[in-house]
Amino acid sequence: MSEHEHHSLWKPYGQVLVALLVLTVVTVVAANFHFGTPWSDLVALFIALSKAALVVAFFMHVKGSTRLIKFAVWTGVIGIAIFFALTLSDYATRVITYVDAPRM
Amino acid sequence: MADAHAHAPGLAHHFESYEQQKESAFLGMWIFLAQEIMFFSGLFTCYLVYRVLYPHAFLVGSRELDWRIGAANTVVLLLSSFTMVVAVLGAKQGRRKMIVLGLLGTLLFGGIFLGVKVFEYGSKWEHHLVPGPYFEWHGDPSVGREVELFFSLYFGMTGMHALHMVIGMGIMLVMLPLAWRGKWTPQNHNFVEGFGLYWHFVDIVWIFLFPFLYLIGLSGGSSH
Amino acid sequence: MQATASAATPEAVRPPRHHYLNVDYGLRSWLLTTDHKRIGILYLLSITFFFAVGGIYATLIRLELLTPQGDLVSSDTYNRLFTMHGVMMIFFFLVPSIPAVLGNFLIPLMIGAKDVAFPKLNLASWYMYMIGAGLTMYSLLHGGVDTGWTFYTPFSSSYSNSFVAATALGIFVNGFSSIFTGLNFLVTIHRMRAPGMTWFRLPLFIWSHYATSLIMVLGTPVLAITLVLLFLERVFQIGFFDPALGGDPVLFQHFFWFYSHPAVYIMILPSLGVISEIVAAFARKPIFGYKFVALASMGIAILGFLVWGHHLFLSSQSAYAALVFSVLTMLIAVPSAIKVFNWMATLYRGSIEYSTPMFYALGFIGLFTIGGLTGLMLGTLGIDVHVHDTYFVVAHFHYIMVGGALMGYLGGLHYWWPKITGRLYSGFWSHLSALLVFLGFNLTFFPQFILGYLGMPRRYHVYPPEFQVLHVLSTAGASILAVGYLLPMVYFIWSLKYGDYAGRNPWGAVGLEWQATSPPALHNFEEIPVVDFEPYQYKGAPVAQRLPYRIAKYGA
Repeated sequence: MSEHEHHSLWKPYGQVLVALLVLTVVTVVAANFHFGTPWSDLVALFIALSKAALVVAFFMHVKGSTRLIKFAVWTGVIGIAIFFALTLSDYATRVITYVDAPRM
Repeated sequence: MADAHAHAPGLAHHFESYEQQKESAFLGMWIFLAQEIMFFSGLFTCYLVYRVLYPHAFLVGSRELDWRIGAANTVVLLLSSFTMVVAVLGAKQGRRKMIVLGLLGTLLFGGIFLGVKVFEYGSKWEHHLVPGPYFEWHGDPSVGREVELFFSLYFGMTGMHALHMVIGMGIMLVMLPLAWRGKWTPQNHNFVEGFGLYWHFVDIVWIFLFPFLYLIGLSGGSSH
Repeated sequence: MQATASAATPEAVRPPRHHYLNVDYGLRSWLLTTDHKRIGILYLLSITFFFAVGGIYATLIRLELLTPQGDLVSSDTYNRLFTMHGVMMIFFFLVPSIPAVLGNFLIPLMIGAKDVAFPKLNLASWYMYMIGAGLTMYSLLHGGVDTGWTFYTPFSSSYSNSFVAATALGIFVNGFSSIFTGLNFLVTIHRMRAPGMTWFRLPLFIWSHYATSLIMVLGTPVLAITLVLLFLERVFQIGFFDPALGGDPVLFQHFFWFYSHPAVYIMILPSLGVISEIVAAFARKPIFGYKFVALASMGIAILGFLVWGHHLFLSSQSAYAALVFSVLTMLIAVPSAIKVFNWMATLYRGSIEYSTPMFYALGFIGLFTIGGLTGLMLGTLGIDVHVHDTYFVVAHFHYIMVGGALMGYLGGLHYWWPKITGRLYSGFWSHLSALLVFLGFNLTFFPQFILGYLGMPRRYHVYPPEFQVLHVLSTAGASILAVGYLLPMVYFIWSLKYGDYAGRNPWGAVGLEWQATSPPALHNFEEIPVVDFEPYQYKGAPVAQRLPYRIAKYGA
């Protein structure tokens, strides 16, 4: 294999690393702005999801892998989504008995 | 059993081909990672519920963490993921030194991360912020107990994450001499690639922990 | 399938010269084996032991409940009895029962593979099971746990004076065994199928194990993290659910049931697979609606993750969430009913043979239906408020777990015993034991439905005298049940030495596993089979043609 071919194998990984570092800076900068509830969290979540997607697609080679592998990835993601959604279906609809305010 | 496949080094007796062995290994690893996602999902759900119930206390608690340390550690961990990719690339090309250097780099950055973590934990201990009987809160007394809950989650989540890193580094220490002796060839390096997936997964967990533990209090929030 | 005809020839009923049992001897060859069949046997022996341990606790509970007074044991001891009964039976018997014993043994055979995808991981799963069981036995021998098998906080984390931490650790470690088994099965079913074995040629036993494995892999880690958090809270006083810190004990219940409700389907789904095999084999008909039955397994597995909140109707869960969970619970009835109706349709105008496995299967269908329908009653918010935490609930889940899962396990064990050991067991005694189990089971648990509806709460050992008649009936049933469980242990062991040779295919059944020798060879098949036939191609042959050896022994 020639040096040029090695170079072309390296390059995409380097680009992904740079993108991840840039997004890390972006998330810190974004955290200093006050978007209000729940927007600040959604912005942070969106950036974190983007970073995770980059790692999964490129570092973990899911981009270009078989449908079965992609299916396995989504299984985990759907599992955690079910856990979040149905647990929150309780907490988001409870008659408010928890008070997060200064107590007497 | 190995002699039955003497013509095919590294192919286990119950597989028909390298292709089948490789596909099984990766599917198995991804199913294992799906399992890991569900393991961490417990901690994240716990965080989500208490964050919804006690938004103010979580911002106050988060301000006790130094976001600069968290950010530095994020960079360190991303670099370790990159060196892991280098090791896997080396394995694919059958370049022994590249695997070893990649693993050494990953070990180095992982070590830095854990060293910083130990320093952070130590400082929390000094400030009585470790939950349990030793916990003392000198800030706003109205949120003291919920801040302790935040720190339970901080230690639970970062602790489980660190435990996964320690296990990963243990495995890498075993891998190093094997890599040096040339165990992995371009044909047969499923273990290196599978381990790479594990290490990247641990990185992803931190990608979520960093903003939601260190950064939520930065913007001032509702309290000021 | 030619196997039916070959069973008649005398060569076929002689045992093969080499098979997985005589390939190697000695303790070492068993403890370090990576053969899926031997690992299945290891599991068989260990879960039988822990079933007996759980059974001893059940015996003590039923003895105590003979009288309205608490005269045999103290309240505290009684708490430990029902807790350890639940822990042993659920985590160390029911969850591993069919998957780890029959699944391990049969999945590679049924899909035409030499072994599971990760044989070493398979062995590791048995060791994880044994370490977990060892830790739990340690706590058991030191007095056990008194929290109930559900470990609800804050009692378990702050107040209980029993061995919660050791037991939690034991169940945590045991969880790895489930995860490893599930992971192994998923990869095996995806990647190790013989040429021609397409998804819709898979036996329904495989489909149900695929669905089970999915739950094992996605559900068990949540139990693991729950137990870790419980452990941290109890041992290091790091509060996660502690109300003193503003924590919510109901969150623990969400966590616990996120695993433990799907865990019910880990116990019942493999049984559903076993019953499909048995019903088709002894009705001599292709299973009715094969694809529906196969996909119903997947439906149960997926829906199973959406209903855990019905355990929290009275735990100050939000009323809106309770409504959602109640509706989702009703949905589970659809795939379950598909299965029952399809078995019925398979039996309809079938050439039914009342073999011992079929006795268990027919018993299963009735008991599972009762258990399922009472489950619907409990899933209904209004009724649940009335019978919550009463013996109605106890009876319901025993109909599913004992009448369902355990009957399926015993039926499967009787069905594949000739394959596993190469020997036939006594027809008379096995029929008798199946009858005793069915009658004893109903006598034990049907009175408990009535007890519960009248208001007898679970987990109490002192009760009003007017409940005594029903409790005595229940205890009488339990003693019949015990005989029914002990009998197979006797005639199975007897068959190992004195039983007739089974031949490859004593039942005249179709399916790849019956093409292998009994017991199968070390790597299962002489050569990897090529599958060019659809599943369950039974053509109602009369008894006299298909089972010559049995006619010789028992008469037509």
